[in-house]
Formats: sequence, structure tokens, C-alpha cells
Amino acid sequence: MSSLKANALSAFLIKYGILIAFLVICILLSIATPFFFTSQNILIVLRQVSINGILAIGVTFVIITGGIDLSLGSVLALTGVVAAGFAHPDTYPLIVPIGLALMTGLIIGAANGFIITLGKVAPFIVTLGMMTIARGLALVWSGGRPVTNLSPAFNYIGGGDFLFIPVPILLFLLVIILSGVTLKYTRIGRYIYAVGGNEEAARASGIRVNRVKLFAYILCGLLAGLAGVVLAARINTGQPNAGIAYELDAIAAVVIGGTSLMGGRGSIMGTVIGVLIIGVINNGLDLLNVSSYYQQIVKGVIIIGAVLLDRRGG
Amino acid sequence: MDFLLQAENISKSFPGVRALNNVQLQVKKGTVHALMGENGAGKSTLMKILVGMYRPDEGSIYFKGQSVHFKSVHDAIQSGITMIHQELLPFPDLSVAENIFMGNEPRGIFPGWINLSKRNRDAKELLERLGLKIAVNQRMGGLSIAETQMVEIARALSNKAELIIMDEPTSALSDKETSILFDIIRELKREGISIIYISHKMDEILHIADTITVMRDGEWIGTYPATEVSQDKLISFIVGRELNTIFERRNHKLGDELFSVSNLDGAKFKGISFSVRSGEVLGIAGLMGAGRTEVVNAIFGLEQITAGTIKVKGRPVKISAPNDAIGCGIGLITEDRKRTGLVLSATVKDNMSLASLKKISRGPFIKKRKEVEVARREVRRFAIKTPSVNQVINYLSGGNQQKVVMAKVLLNDPDIIMLDEPTRGIDIGAKAEIYKLINELAAMGKAIIVISSELPEVLGLSDRILVMREGRIQAELTANEATQEKIMQYAMNTTGYNYQ
Repeated sequence: MSSLKANALSAFLIKYGILIAFLVICILLSIATPFFFTSQNILIVLRQVSINGILAIGVTFVIITGGIDLSLGSVLALTGVVAAGFAHPDTYPLIVPIGLALMTGLIIGAANGFIITLGKVAPFIVTLGMMTIARGLALVWSGGRPVTNLSPAFNYIGGGDFLFIPVPILLFLLVIILSGVTLKYTRIGRYIYAVGGNEEAARASGIRVNRVKLFAYILCGLLAGLAGVVLAARINTGQPNAGIAYELDAIAAVVIGGTSLMGGRGSIMGTVIGVLIIGVINNGLDLLNVSSYYQQIVKGVIIIGAVLLDRRGG
Repeated sequence: MDFLLQAENISKSFPGVRALNNVQLQVKKGTVHALMGENGAGKSTLMKILVGMYRPDEGSIYFKGQSVHFKSVHDAIQSGITMIHQELLPFPDLSVAENIFMGNEPRGIFPGWINLSKRNRDAKELLERLGLKIAVNQRMGGLSIAETQMVEIARALSNKAELIIMDEPTSALSDKETSILFDIIRELKREGISIIYISHKMDEILHIADTITVMRDGEWIGTYPATEVSQDKLISFIVGRELNTIFERRNHKLGDELFSVSNLDGAKFKGISFSVRSGEVLGIAGLMGAGRTEVVNAIFGLEQITAGTIKVKGRPVKISAPNDAIGCGIGLITEDRKRTGLVLSATVKDNMSLASLKKISRGPFIKKRKEVEVARREVRRFAIKTPSVNQVINYLSGGNQQKVVMAKVLLNDPDIIMLDEPTRGIDIGAKAEIYKLINELAAMGKAIIVISSELPEVLGLSDRILVMREGRIQAELTANEATQEKIMQYAMNTTGYNYQ
């Protein structure tokens, strides 16, 4: 009997290990620094993580199909400068910079997807190339200089509140809900898992594998575009050098959240918790005045530790 | 010293299951000892104990008269016990010689160096000893499955193995390759090496084995000299009941022509024409590599067709992807369920619904409750042994996995059903159930195409049999005129070549 109970306990720990780890980290930080668990600080953390969160959710789809997207950080910068270029005061209505940025992200994602599926090139290579291409495009478009003087309406997306909640947080929440529903309750969501789990079996089941992969890369690009808009609006600047290595933070969050880099396994909730863990650690160590040098070491340890924990479960 | 290996009173439990209960096994030097039993009978667990992958809860193992307690596979190999697994895992980009001596390289003059010339010389010697014409510097990935297996045997010999365990060694071999393997096994016997031979194939075992041990449900049932036990007796020991006939003779009426292909050409086949009627089972026989799988895959849109027409209910259809084929009412149960049939990381339910999600969706959304309902219904219908529809399918036995694949394909309610080796690697009980199901589908008026390398299976199931060789149809035989001998004559280039 007692061994049965122990089994149930270990199953529970395996299933919710990451969530428990997150809660433990929060409790420890609350004890270490009282300011941590205040509504003010919680909003700060959530706003900080929203950009990485939106990127991470996009790349979750790609990673579940068994792919990877390394171009995220560059796409973020490109879509940011594109949006900023159309967001000067008294020029275009707000829909234009947003629409163009999302469109740019979507096109880059589609380009990734088409080359990967039709060209049969490894996702790592294609998106590595696209990382450089998108960065170059961002520099060309902006002339290498930050694009400033943006309209207040545009900046509201990054810095404004709606019903006392910062807009980036609301956008992040919306993305969580829509993507969570897509992955869990729709056919395309199920197909994404199937393609990542066994591409040959998915094909033999009548699934149009290329379309499914294309969907994942397009969604990933689109969300990178959204993140680009939010970032540009938050720093009131289209910054062509922004977002360097952001893709790695996004991938780290996905991995911490228990999504397998081999594909076929993962969840939006896992990714969200992964994003929160990274955010809370950064914030907490800031509050504790720990040097940012140490923060990097801690983050790295957590990434590896999370996967070790997951491995023992799976 | 009478026995090379003696395992006595071996018991082993896993959480919730007693996998082995008081099992014994005695292997004489220089003999082939066959181990039979349904999937889940405990054969694999016993073998994993013998090679040090598991430790027994109870019991003792004596090898060469000494009590042994292997802590790892390495220990077992050092002592002279090697296992050749059913799924071979060579290093495809390394040479044959490198594969043979992997982990056991002859030392060179400096620490960490390999004596390359000695390695290649020894490898060559080993291959010659087995009578193989394989170049030692050849890339491993370029070998056939049979050759890969032979190299594995050479590898075992390089470790001075005295007991070689072969798990379903012929499951991917043609009859000709099997006969070569049997020659090698006889040669090994002459050298005093013992073999534990695990197989589901009755005729093979009666042919090659000296002694047969039968296991069922984790228990030792009996050990018999191969010359003193009949096939029927063995089957009844294995399944634990008398099995009168696994094939019911059917006699139902054939309907209209449902499906036909004419002059289909593809990369591995040419000029394929045949038709199937409603209620008819068409068997396709032939050796490995005859192009059978390629034909059904091409019909299903998994491979390219370069010429020819496909007609469904008399109307020409164009199929460029499996999706099109499913739309035309064609279903394919693929040859290799792990590679192309199942998403092993997904649940029973998710695998089952994968091909027919459109039917249980509203707009883009899956009707989750309906999906569970359907999965539970199919689990009951096919008598699939699983604790729940949410069980990850990787944990099911081969027979139960195969039933899930069949349920998945049949949920689309196809009129034309193609089954490629539907009973490969599954036990007799599950086989009988699948035969029954095929007959039921035919009785419902479906057109059925069955590819099988097991001749009794083709003969028992089919109304009509096509025999393929080298990508072409060599003969079409009716159920009445077809015999094993006739099929083999057409299937093989040289007549009369048989391992028996």
C-alpha cells in the first residue's frame, strides 16, 4: 500500500514538477525579499516576460513538430523597425504599423516553412540563415539607426494600461489562451503533435505534413512580429540591434517547460511556466542585488536542471 | 559437464506484474534451443536476465558449471553470452570491421591506439569462417538486413561467445537468406557454440532446433526434443488450448468489382494490373524486395506512380497523397507499425482518431467527448488490452498495437482495405483475431488486399493470390490451385530452392 502511495506521489511530482519548482522559487524569493510578492512587482515581472513569452509560445509550436526557429530575435528586430517606420506621429493609423509588422513576421515564417518543407533543408540551417537575413533587412530598412519619434498611440501598446493591466500582459494572455486552445482542442493542434511524434505515421494517416509544418513556422513568425511591435512600443524605438539571442531565451523557456526538442511532446502551459521561471529568477536576483553575471550562471543551471528533472520523469 | 547454461527457479516481478514465475532453462553445449511463447509470455524478460540487463528476484544461473551474477551486458559478453536483438543497431557510417570490433578493438602500439591491420585481418577471418562474402572495409549502412545480421554474428564470435541468443532473427529475412542463416547456425553448432533461438515461426523452429522450451504467462510450460513434438501440440502448449483451425474457411459471395489498377509503373515495380471485387480477399505473395510493399504504398499515395491508372468503383481516380486515397475510400495498414503506423509517444485514443479527426470535429475543433467515446468503443470491439484509452501506446504489446492501427484505418470506413504484413511479430492468439477480422470485413463486402510473407497466411486468407517477383506480377492463382510450392516457384528465380 505504502509503495502505491509513493508511486502516486512520484507520478504527481513528475507531472507537476516544473510547476512545483516554480512555486518553490516564488516562496523562497518572497521570504528573501518582501517586495517580491507585491502586486506592483508581479506586474513588473509579467510585463518583463511578456515579450519572451510571446516568442516562446510561437516557437513551442515549431519545436513540437520537431523543428526549431533560430530567427526569432532577428525577426523581432526587423518587425520592430518596420512597425516604427510607419508609427511616426500623424502619419498612418495604428493598424498600418501593426499590420505591416505582423505581415513581415508572417512572410519570414512562411519563407522558413517553405524552404524547410519543399526544399527539404534542416530547420536549424534554414532558420540560422534567416537569422542573419532578417537582421540584415532590419539594418537596411533602418539605415542601421534606431527609428525614433513614435506616436503616443503606438507607444501605448508597450507602455499603456488597460483596466489597470499593462497592455503587453493582456496581449501575452490573449496569445496564451488562443494558442493553448489551438494546440489542445483543434485538429491542427493534434496534427502538430502527430507530425513531431512520427512524421511517417502522420503522413500515412492522411495528414498533409508540409501544411502542418508550414502552419507552425508561420504562426511562429507572426508571433515574433507581435513581439516586435510590443518591444518597439515599449522602448519607444525601432531598434535594429534589438533582440540578439532572444531566440535562445525563448527556446530555453520551452525546454524548461517540458517540451521535447525531439518533437511530439510539450504544452503551452509548460512553456508559460518556463517563461515565468526565467522571469522570476531574473527579477528576484535583481531585487537581491545579485550581479547580472551570476544571473546568467543561475539561468543556465536551471535550464539543465529542468531537463534533468524531466528526463527522470520521462 | 552436461549443460552450458542452467537457469533455475528464476522469478522476476515488475511493479504490478509478475513477469517470470519459477522458470527454468537448460541449454546443452553445441545445440540450438528454441524458446517459444506468445508475446508477453516472458521470453524477453528471461533473455534480458541471461544477458545481464535485468537481475532476477529469485533463482540462480549457472554458466559453464559456475554460478554467475551478471551486473551488466558487458559482464555477460565477457563471460561468453551475446544477444543479437531483433532490431539491429549497427553504426551505418562505419565500416564492417569497425562494427565487428566496436568496443573490443585490438590494441595498437600506444595506449588508445587501434591495431588497424590486425583488426581488418581478424574481421576478414571471422567473415570467412562464416562463409560470408562481405568486404571488411565496406560501409555498414550499405549492407542488407540479412548481411547486417551476419556481421552481428561475427561480432559475437569476436567476443568469443559460447552462447548466442537470437531474437526473431528471420523476421526480416527472405527464405533464401534464412537458409544461409541456418547454414551458419549449423556451422556454429559444429564449433560447439550454443544458440537460444526465439521465433514465432513454427516450421523454422521444427527445422533448426534440437530442443524446444515453451513459456506462457511467465511460466515454464515444458521442454521438448524437437523431433518428438508436433506442430499442433506445440501450438496448443503455446496458447494453452487446442487450436482447431486458425483459419475459418469462408464461403461467401463475391460482389462487383470495387477496385482495379492497370499498368502501374513505379520506381520498384512495372506493369502492375489487377482488380478486386467486393467481398474478395486478394493475397499478394512474394519474397522480400519483390516490390509488393511499394505497390500498395504507391496506390495509397506514399510513393510515386509514373504511369498507369487506378479505378475505384469503375471510375479513374488521381492519388498523389494518402489524403486523396483516404478520400477515395482506400485504407492502408502499413508494413511497419512502429515506423509508419503509430505515433509511439501518443495515447491509444490519439492514435486511433488520427486519420479520422474530421469526422469527429465541429469546424476546427475536435469533439473531445465523442473522441473518447469512439476510442472506448473500438477498444471493446477489437478487445484491445489497455488500462485506458489514455495509455501511451508504446506500452502496449505488438498485437494490441496492431489492433490500434487497424482500428485507426477502419474508422474511416474504407471500402478498399490494404493490409501489408498485418501479423508480423505478433503472437498466435492475436493473429487468429486479426484473421477473423479480415474475414468479417470481407463478409461486409469490402475489397481486401493482403500482403504476407507467411505462406500459410496467404493461402488461408485469400480467394485469389498474386505472386510478385522483381517488381512484376508473375502469376495469378485461385485459392483452389494455389499451394506453397507453386507460390514459391513463381516467387523465386531458381526453382526448387528452399531451406527445407
